[in-house]
Amino acid sequence: MPDIRLEGLTKEFKEMVAVDHIDLTIEEGEFFSLLGPSGCGKTTTLRMIGGFEDPTEGHIYLGGSEVTGLPPYKRNVNTVFQSYALFPHLNVHDNVAYGLKRKKVAGDEIKSRVHEMLDIVDLPGYEQRRINQLSGGQQQRVALARALVNRPALLLLDEPLGALDLKLRKTMQLELKRIQGDVGITFVYVTHDQEEAMTMSNRIAVMNAGHFEQVGAPQDVYELPATEFVSGFLGASNLLEGEIESVNGPTAKVALELGATVALPADRLPTRQGRIGIGVRPEKIHIQDASAADASSRANAIEAMVRMSTYTGVSTSYECRTSDGSPVVVYVQNLGSSSVSIGAGTRVRLSWDPEHTFAVKRVAKAEDDGDKTATAMEGART
Amino acid sequence: MTEMATATATQPKALHRASAWLHRRPKLRLGMLLGPPMAWMLVVYLGALTLLFLTGFWSQNVLTAEVQRTWGLENYQEILSSAAYRTIALRTLGIAFAVMTTDIILALPVAYFAARVARPTTRVLLLLSITLPLWSSYLVRVYAWRVILSGTGLLNWTLGKLQLGALDIEYSNWSVWIVFSYLWLPFVALPIYTALERVPTSYIEASADLGAKWWLTFRRVVLPIAFPGIVAGAMFAFALTLGDYIVPILAGNTLFIGNVIYQSVGVANNVPFAAAYAVVPAVIMGVYLIGARKLGAFEAL
Repeated sequence: MPDIRLEGLTKEFKEMVAVDHIDLTIEEGEFFSLLGPSGCGKTTTLRMIGGFEDPTEGHIYLGGSEVTGLPPYKRNVNTVFQSYALFPHLNVHDNVAYGLKRKKVAGDEIKSRVHEMLDIVDLPGYEQRRINQLSGGQQQRVALARALVNRPALLLLDEPLGALDLKLRKTMQLELKRIQGDVGITFVYVTHDQEEAMTMSNRIAVMNAGHFEQVGAPQDVYELPATEFVSGFLGASNLLEGEIESVNGPTAKVALELGATVALPADRLPTRQGRIGIGVRPEKIHIQDASAADASSRANAIEAMVRMSTYTGVSTSYECRTSDGSPVVVYVQNLGSSSVSIGAGTRVRLSWDPEHTFAVKRVAKAEDDGDKTATAMEGART
Repeated sequence: MTEMATATATQPKALHRASAWLHRRPKLRLGMLLGPPMAWMLVVYLGALTLLFLTGFWSQNVLTAEVQRTWGLENYQEILSSAAYRTIALRTLGIAFAVMTTDIILALPVAYFAARVARPTTRVLLLLSITLPLWSSYLVRVYAWRVILSGTGLLNWTLGKLQLGALDIEYSNWSVWIVFSYLWLPFVALPIYTALERVPTSYIEASADLGAKWWLTFRRVVLPIAFPGIVAGAMFAFALTLGDYIVPILAGNTLFIGNVIYQSVGVANNVPFAAAYAVVPAVIMGVYLIGARKLGAFEAL
């Protein structure tokens, strides 16, 4: 049963469209993340679900019934705010009990439910503490308890870990995931941190400029980014220009600008013909000294020159340039102590599996225009 | 060339040495910084208060009206035993509380609207209209109210037009109450506005998110958080009413604490009695401030 459904949801502010006709269905019990850079509309989307912002257009359904236009207190949704928004004049118990009191839950039940919730968020016995006596991480847990104690159908979290230091963030990420599993409530999580989104979510919606670029499981979004934006936003990626040469059953061949031809599964092509971007993640590439290359079984291969190699402990990263000047980054895990790094200036052969190849639409108009003038000038010269 | 260099170098050197010397003596530095304002506070304010209190123990020669610098409790005894002075003190206290309460009730909705609902332009206009009266003379405003409240004034003219009869409140405690409430409203409204404006929007959203409607959010979240600011604002109305003697003269027909003091000094030349009676509002204010402190009003200033 879908827990939440957004239909053509749009929010326009003065002279600016924050959220642009998005459609989305989130299933019950999912940990769903809205991921994107600041200003992409993810928080506005969350605020519309919570009832803090009225959509300009579109509909919001919670558990099958429409809630568009309802005030926050009439929605079975609770929110963990970015700044926690804990009431400073109340102690921990009264903060957590605030929602239950509004629902006129009996005093004894309030007490036991607050107690139980503080156990779940790992703050047992903190009832009488004042908010300003708590650390950032503890405040974050109280904010979570205050929302979850109401047993909402849906919990909204607006960058709740943004104010914590890195180590605490990592701990809280796992903690949040555990708590979500324990309570079984649907979480909608807003973040700009791609690693955080991937660590915690069942599914991720990558947002940009008010619309969804791609919605899918973390692996899908990372391994097979649908657009240039997604490939660039989630981790490092290499994109090479090319033109579709042939589609032969399940396999397609693309002629790269720099000369080589690469293969990839045909169902990954965004179009059947024309110019596209061919991508591959840095850790999927095999790097070899060109002189010692063994032309291994990996079908896709290009030639490049190493410009810089950087040792980072776990791995070594190589910044290479292809013959047409495109940058390609390669990560190689440091497996053995004897592994000799390839120095700058070395000619190398970069190869990878067709299975690891993805394709995105070329959207960068300005670059296309630039290419056209370049070819025109070449034509003039010949 | 070298001479010039040494000449310019010596002065900074001396300064450097002095600043280094001071740097090693933080207590002396603190004393030098706090000395002047503390001296001001002690001499001008507390000193004057103490002198006032002590003057109250002197007395006035009944025949010559000269001040006799002999110690005695007569003034304080008279204030405590005389029903008239007790009535005046209680009347002043009562009006001060009434004015304070009225101003809070009038200021809260306006301040809330300006702080949390109004758009920026409306907000500026509202705040301007609240503070605008302060730009005109206090006396002009009091006389304006006398015109409004007089038997044939605007108030009765309006009531007559509405077929509601007429009110005879000219020169009464009612008119004193109304004029005081009007005069001190800006002093109450501005601190309340600041207090309400400082309540983070996320608290209000969180309260709504947890199931509270507007009124409950106002009562359970906004009001408790803004409360110290409200007490701070109310303090102005209370203290200013307690000390004023012009409005009772111009708009009232009874005596207030200020009038008794004014008459004792100006008419009767009985400074010791005036001093003793001036201790009454000082004590009331002291009790009020202790109460306000308990309520956390000073953290909001």
